Amino acid sequence: MKIIVDMDVCKDHGQCVFSAPEVFQISDSGRLVYESEADESLRDAVEEAADVCPLQAITVEG
Amino acid sequence: MSQRIVIAGASMGGLRAAERLRAGGFTGEIVAIGDETHLPYNRPPLSKEALASEVVHEAVAFRLRPAVADVTWRLGVPIAAADLAARVVRLADGTELACDGLVVATGMRPRRLPTPGPAAGRHVVRTLEDAAALRAELRPGPRVLVIGAGFIGCEVAATARLLGCPVTVVAPEAVPMLRPLGADLGAALRRRHEAEGVRFLLGRTVGRFLGEDHRTGVPADGDAPAATEAGRVSGAELSDGTVVEADVVVEAVGSTSNTEWLDGNGLDLSDGVLCDNALRVEGRSCLVAVGDVARFPNPRYDGVARRVEHWSIPTDTAKRAAVSLLADLGHAAHDPAPFAPLPTFWSDQYGLRIQSFGAPALGADDIRVLEGDLDGEVVVGYHDGGALVGVVMIGLPAAVSRYRAELMRAPVTV
Repeated sequence: MKIIVDMDVCKDHGQCVFSAPEVFQISDSGRLVYESEADESLRDAVEEAADVCPLQAITVEG
Repeated sequence: MSQRIVIAGASMGGLRAAERLRAGGFTGEIVAIGDETHLPYNRPPLSKEALASEVVHEAVAFRLRPAVADVTWRLGVPIAAADLAARVVRLADGTELACDGLVVATGMRPRRLPTPGPAAGRHVVRTLEDAAALRAELRPGPRVLVIGAGFIGCEVAATARLLGCPVTVVAPEAVPMLRPLGADLGAALRRRHEAEGVRFLLGRTVGRFLGEDHRTGVPADGDAPAATEAGRVSGAELSDGTVVEADVVVEAVGSTSNTEWLDGNGLDLSDGVLCDNALRVEGRSCLVAVGDVARFPNPRYDGVARRVEHWSIPTDTAKRAAVSLLADLGHAAHDPAPFAPLPTFWSDQYGLRIQSFGAPALGADDIRVLEGDLDGEVVVGYHDGGALVGVVMIGLPAAVSRYRAELMRAPVTV
């Protein structure tokens, strides 16, 4: 599964971090960092992260 | 025989309910009914970035997962009535739909001021059409009067300033966003708004709207609204006699639950739909409610049933309500765990990211700055009986996890 975050839209709310900490993190400088590929076993968590993003900036492909 | 679930409401709560029903293994028919013509979309941007740019459905539409591709969307048709005993709902076009399970997700609509005066030029912000109509008037120049100093009012004020409009905010409370944030943080945000040029006239209400009746050319008489409805608003006279001239008025004075369609079923509809902790409407089988219309007890706090108009609530309640409904329909086991969501919402004003976690209003008597300062980046804690029950943060994204974890730490007991 491929994960794309529109970083022009992302405002670093960090909601995705609580749903899928394996994939999304907030760095010490407060910016979102994420893995662009994730194992299928994380699909539910990643889908939830996309759902709870206040800006709806996360796209899950594949 | 295949079962049918009707979801009354086609916004975020309705969509999330459909997703969770499919995720829970429900393979029967799902029919979602919406009074708007649009597929589900994200409302919060309508008073923020979407209002500042282009108000179109594509910009705010929720993606539809493949799992909900076979949901039947009945859009542009309000739900008119329900006979819960017979398990039938009736749409405004006369269609009757029998159902095995019903999800109440009809949400809220903006409250309108009963204030007399002309109707044209007065706006609310709830739907895409509302926001598009307001956006069309927010060119540089027109004077904007925002009535209400809650989050939506303040967001609209900030956006209108960004678009070059002179803005006045009128509200009965002494401090903007007083109830959700408390006096000190509300006052700090007021200073930020004032630095951006917003004028606040607080502690006042609107006595009447002023206007010119375009049909007759005579000044609108506030005592005869029927004769002036075709006129356009030109300002407002406040309760203290102050006259505010305005070309555009935005009413952001709260909302009303869309529950009239449930009348006649013996339900308590005094403030949304009263639910038990598992989102069953008054404990009834095969009937659940989700989103901001659902009044449910949250054992994370005091267990008092409340409606919560927060971003995270449609998703959280849909997740739990789907499990309850699927259990009632014989597709899943009952979930004995208490439902104790951590309410979360955010606001954007002048690029400030304001995030709220938990229930700050329940800790309004003991508010402390935990980190930073009120006029910069800040973390404010709200306490009840010495325990942290809510946090509001401006900026400081790297600290979010820590405070959220702190709020989640307290054991939940039923």
